[in-house]
Amino acid sequence: MNRRSILLAVLAAFLVALPLFAGNYALSVATLILYFAYTGQAWNVMMGFAGQLSLGHALYVGVGAYAAGALFYHLGIGPWAGVWLAIALCVAFGLVIGFLAFRFSISGVYFALLTIAFAEFTRIGFDHLNFIGGPGGMFLRVAQRDAWDLANFRGPPLMYYYAILALTMAAFALCSWLLKSKAGYYWQAIRENEEAAQALGIASLRWKLLAMAISSAMTAVSGVFFAFYYNNLFPEQIFNISRSIEIILGPVIGGVGTLFGPVLGAAVLTLLSEGITESLAALGWEIPGVKQVFYGVVLLAVVMFMPNGIWPALAKRLRL
Amino acid sequence: MKRRQFNTALAALAATGAFPSLARAQSQKLKVGVILPRSGYLGFIGQSCQKGADLAPDVIKEMLGVDIELMNADFESNVDTARNRAERLIQEGANVLVGPFDSGAAAAIAQVAEQRGVPFVINIAAAPQITEQGYKYVFRNFQTAIDIVREGLDLIGELFQATNVVPRTAVYMHVNDTFGQAMTKGIGAMLPRRTQLPFKIVDTISYDPAAKDLTVEVSKAKAANADFLLLVCRLNDAILLRREMVKQRWNPMGIISPGSPGMYEEQYFKTLGKLSEYSISNVPWYNPKAKLTQVVEKAFLKQNPKDKLVFHGLNAGFTFEAILIAADAFKRAKSTDPKTLADAIRQTNITEKMTLGGPIKFNQKGQVEGIKSACVQNLHMLPTVVLPKEAATAKPVFPVPGYKKA
Amino acid sequence: MPAADLVANVVVSGILTGLVYGLMALGLSVIFGVVRVVNFAHGEMMITAMYAATVLFAALNLDPFLAMLPVAAAFFVFGYVLQAAVINRFITRPEHSQFMLLVAIAIILVNAMLMVFGPDARNVQVDYQLDSYQVGPLLVDKARLLAAGAALVAAAALFAFFRYSLTGKAIRACADNYLGAKVVGLNVKHLYALTFGLGAACVAIAGCAMVVLVDVTPPLGPAYTLLAFVIVIVGGLGSMAGALLGGVLIGVSEALAGLFIDPSAKSMFSFGLLILVLLLRPQGLLGRRA
Repeated sequence: MNRRSILLAVLAAFLVALPLFAGNYALSVATLILYFAYTGQAWNVMMGFAGQLSLGHALYVGVGAYAAGALFYHLGIGPWAGVWLAIALCVAFGLVIGFLAFRFSISGVYFALLTIAFAEFTRIGFDHLNFIGGPGGMFLRVAQRDAWDLANFRGPPLMYYYAILALTMAAFALCSWLLKSKAGYYWQAIRENEEAAQALGIASLRWKLLAMAISSAMTAVSGVFFAFYYNNLFPEQIFNISRSIEIILGPVIGGVGTLFGPVLGAAVLTLLSEGITESLAALGWEIPGVKQVFYGVVLLAVVMFMPNGIWPALAKRLRL
Repeated sequence: MKRRQFNTALAALAATGAFPSLARAQSQKLKVGVILPRSGYLGFIGQSCQKGADLAPDVIKEMLGVDIELMNADFESNVDTARNRAERLIQEGANVLVGPFDSGAAAAIAQVAEQRGVPFVINIAAAPQITEQGYKYVFRNFQTAIDIVREGLDLIGELFQATNVVPRTAVYMHVNDTFGQAMTKGIGAMLPRRTQLPFKIVDTISYDPAAKDLTVEVSKAKAANADFLLLVCRLNDAILLRREMVKQRWNPMGIISPGSPGMYEEQYFKTLGKLSEYSISNVPWYNPKAKLTQVVEKAFLKQNPKDKLVFHGLNAGFTFEAILIAADAFKRAKSTDPKTLADAIRQTNITEKMTLGGPIKFNQKGQVEGIKSACVQNLHMLPTVVLPKEAATAKPVFPVPGYKKA
Repeated sequence: MPAADLVANVVVSGILTGLVYGLMALGLSVIFGVVRVVNFAHGEMMITAMYAATVLFAALNLDPFLAMLPVAAAFFVFGYVLQAAVINRFITRPEHSQFMLLVAIAIILVNAMLMVFGPDARNVQVDYQLDSYQVGPLLVDKARLLAAGAALVAAAALFAFFRYSLTGKAIRACADNYLGAKVVGLNVKHLYALTFGLGAACVAIAGCAMVVLVDVTPPLGPAYTLLAFVIVIVGGLGSMAGALLGGVLIGVSEALAGLFIDPSAKSMFSFGLLILVLLLRPQGLLGRRA
């Protein structure tokens, strides 16, 4: 346990100090890694803690992004207020989906397909909502990008890096606390054997819904960050099923249900992706599609030989 | 001071870069970062644009006497990747960025360029907002969606005048994506005010760009019984639509696009053969009679002996011009310093160009005004400029031969 | 209010297209019904079959309908090997692991296609491709009719196999009662692999039929996977008639939604239908409650 704390502290220090020696490109890659680490962590609450496989998590990113984005675009309301609307809407969505699913005993693959259906339904729906830009997209006005304007969340890339770093650390802390709390134990019981848990008097519906609410709320914040970092939103891209898959790649590769899995997974995958691109460029193999084939093969290898994810195997090796 | 000491001192000074301009002007290359989607769903367009980029260094060396080095990056039709690639190119020393064809990626790269103070010349992207953000380092040598619609509608009027035909009704089909929506808004705003276009749109049918089956859409369109089809499409759906029209035996006066990709692309011809004939697209295009066009065409054929420039008219033409703009600015600025380059780009005034329209001059927003569209009709299996008359190499055919009022 | 013959035409076309979609979904239903693995690479397998058909057409001028035999055979082998060698050990693993495995396979397939064939759309150009029959007010697309016919024949063959052959019955036994099947001495691993092979063969036939109607591009894969799932859920897992029925239902409802509402929103309708079915009758229209 102590070894872990030391490692965590070192990692945190490294990340905080990163901008001092990393160039802008490295910083943008690091921001992307942290974004996926944070969103993956949010997804992990639903999957790893409550055992519900959500394959449509892009729904929350999109709704959160559009909620805060629309408030800023139409009414000039900054993200600190906008984020509450984002969270409220996403939690509502999450609870509705959760309630419908659990009430009708949808689980496993069927639940996953339900989440996909909701995400797709919303994607096409937003494509037809013209007051938030429709398929043409919503472009948020970028006033300035030199000074750190925290109120409107505008500034240099450095500001965004620290913001997402703070979010990721907060998420880590939150999940760590949750796991050790009563909720954590109830979730574990429900995940292992729901019927036995119910027999013991655990109101599984309530706890599962709580997990869905927390997960969707956290993901909403991710969406708000996305909106103000990228400054333009297209329904076709943000709600796309490939986004949902991107979100879960990190935790699944890193280790579902573990605290550090999503972070490690996000880092490994992004660095792998950039690394393959660089190597292929160096070798001169620039045929379109080659990179993704390599990427797919690595994914396949990890899934086949490290079924619980990289982190558990690594942790055992390092005796953490 | 003795000679040797003087020489040593000179060498030392030179080494510290005290004679920067002299050294740079002689051996400097302009590093152009070319960001295009060469894989992913925009893959085939990105590769088309790349052809325009690949022929640029030699042509520009001939024309302007400057050396440019291309740094190619593929953003895989993904906006996140576009941002990273842009950062990477800048880090590796790109002095200017060129690309990316897609509006979403353009917006992302524009932010990076602005933040890092590196000029970004957009080859093709139609979303008007990109040059409305007050950026100082972003330049676009392409029409906005609003320009495209205006030019497109005007050309339709010219077409009717030139062929002495006055259709009264049209059915408007459009793809429901970024592009289609912008065009629809533009058409809705501008059509009522154009008195030389007396046709009415009797039905509007929007469809999903990813649709694999357009039977219903075509059935609806046919049932509207309009004189001609006004179409905003992309390549794959254009092919599907044309085939479906044949299956459902619907033969309107013609298919006219007021400005969208698809019907002039090589794949359209290859797949549809004779059926591709007579489709009309009003799009920004290169002037087949311009001197620069001949030069570029020769260079294109050298690199792509089995291909024809005309199939990449829009993609390669504008990509080449974007690099030309960068090189021209470099020649005038005599420096690769980004800020100097950006200022030089702002002063651009290129009259010897290959695309249609007035000289390349940027307004305050970094947008070139006065880019004209051409009425490009598929004739003899080639996209052919039929209007405006000065650039035309053939006469327009409208209505299609064999058209009978149903 | 659209005219009656317009509605009729749209419905007929919806039924025919729906049957081909149904055949594609049939493969998925069979695999899921028996092996209980969610084949998220289903659409990608479909487009691989479509590409195979274009290659055979380009090289040998082989009509896609004739190409069905060799392509289906090849896919049968591919499916068998894939299941036996790779997927089999994932049967007992959690769903997200299975999902990841097949997503990885899907990524590899799609991008391998991109590498080999490039991003341009590929197609076959057969003479009868654009013919249509006029039957009163109806215009029936010849190619679509043939494709639907092939789908029905393949489905019937599969149905007969499962109903009347010994192996078919053995497979059904595995699906019904895994433990029981093992106790009785059935070689479950082999039967699973066989099933996957058959499912893949179905997809191959559907692909060959589809390539006459639609050009194939790499991004088409994921779209078909999603469509297959919608159909299978609506029609009922493990039910072959259900897959066909689901296909027809989705085909017709999308067509009608496109006609009466907005064509660009017609997919919304299918997903809405999926949500309703999942909530109210998760076993689908013709499936049995697990």
